[in-house]
Amino acid sequence: MKKRVVITGMGVVAPNGVGLANFEDAIRKGESGIRFEEELERLKFSCQIAGKPQLSEEKIAEYFTPLQIRGLNSSGIVYGVIAGTDAWQDAGLKIEENEQPDWDSGIVFGTGILGVDKFREAIHLIDAGKTRRLGSTSVMQTMASGISAYLGGILGCGNQVTTNSSACTTGTEALLMGFERIAAGKAKRMLVGSCSDHGPYVWGGFDAMRILPSKYNKNPTEASRPMSASAAGFVPGSGAGALVLEEYESAKERGAKIYAEVLGGAVNSGGQRGGGSMTAANSDAVIRCIKEAIHFSNISTEEIDVINGHLTATTKDGLEIENWKKALERSDFPYINSLKGMTGHCLGASGSIECVASVLQMDKNFIFGNVNCEDLNPEIANLVSEEKIPRKTLEKPVNILAKSSFGFGDVNSVVIFKKL
Amino acid sequence: MKEKDILEAIKKIVTPYTQRPQGLENFNEETDFIKDLEVNSANLVDVILDVEDEFNIEIDNESMEGMLTVGDAKNIIEQKLASA
Repeated sequence: MKKRVVITGMGVVAPNGVGLANFEDAIRKGESGIRFEEELERLKFSCQIAGKPQLSEEKIAEYFTPLQIRGLNSSGIVYGVIAGTDAWQDAGLKIEENEQPDWDSGIVFGTGILGVDKFREAIHLIDAGKTRRLGSTSVMQTMASGISAYLGGILGCGNQVTTNSSACTTGTEALLMGFERIAAGKAKRMLVGSCSDHGPYVWGGFDAMRILPSKYNKNPTEASRPMSASAAGFVPGSGAGALVLEEYESAKERGAKIYAEVLGGAVNSGGQRGGGSMTAANSDAVIRCIKEAIHFSNISTEEIDVINGHLTATTKDGLEIENWKKALERSDFPYINSLKGMTGHCLGASGSIECVASVLQMDKNFIFGNVNCEDLNPEIANLVSEEKIPRKTLEKPVNILAKSSFGFGDVNSVVIFKKL
Repeated sequence: MKEKDILEAIKKIVTPYTQRPQGLENFNEETDFIKDLEVNSANLVDVILDVEDEFNIEIDNESMEGMLTVGDAKNIIEQKLASA
């Protein structure tokens, strides 16, 4: 029989807030984590602003041993380990030094690319003929699964420990992978999430594609404008989000706090056909993914109170809403918001950071406001009544929320959460 | 360089990699990096790099393989310093 899956812990390292309390406060107030980056100016980027979590060395030292910190130069691992460890502890789970691992707990922690700065160090040494000087951690800091490997060792997980990668759907996909594993009875707990490195070597490729805004270097907090008429491209971000998924019976047994239930979801791809491409979504696939997620979750479309969209702040935002409209086939429209106005697009980390933001809204009865959307895109205004796109945070209970993420490669994922 | 200074330097270098701190209390030439200090075998490479930086020498792979104890390390460092 299919097991029910609930969320019992969360952790977040976002550009506008580190830790659940700070992050909740920031998204309620509409605080931006987007800042001017001198390094990007020096390197002549068109877009010299970005979203980068603010972490002190003292904070990092709480999560890593002094030995782990020596030569640590993978920002994705730093963000992911902090978010993952926080989620674990938030779930009331202990970090124990047992001889045996916890066979019932596993990890799916994704990333787009990992350890870029460490890899750069290695490239310079190798090109100078000094390969022997790389040290012992070059491999684990740059392998994609470095993040699940670090977390697996810290937490002592003995179930499946892996890393997924599917561009900007990574975090949402990770959640669904963990969900399926618990639903199938193969694990009791899965730590799911994703992380993304920061820095010019991650963001440069996007700058080169000219899809980042270049006119906001002097007013960074206004740059990321999802659903607005003046949306001028996405602001690159970084960070990590993490959630502990747990079999419902197990959570109840140990009296854990339950944030919400994961009802189900869907992942698919548009096959880069029918209008889909490496960078654009095939709308039929998006609509199909939404419908499947609703179907597998056993709810009706009318029950969805809020959508937390992908909505990156490009001219494609309107199409995303149109796809939702077609998929839901209802006369009204749920509330819809996008976190990216405050954090920028945290790439591989976006799905998981936004899942945390979604579940926080359900737990604390609010719908965060869309920032930088005073000038709603008329194309969107034609589809959805303005009140469904709150510009200020609403204090309102949220029973069922749909979260979507879409990514390069024409990949989609949608997950449905329900308050218990 | 005095033998005592070399041993002190090795102790300082190996301390952050040591997973068994009791092993440092009775630190001498017989101390085995892996058995007594429980240095992760992958980290031995980092110990070597730190030794190279400290003494401004280069330790080839062959010499590294023979570096099981603090005494082995001291002898290799002395050799390299003498031939430098």
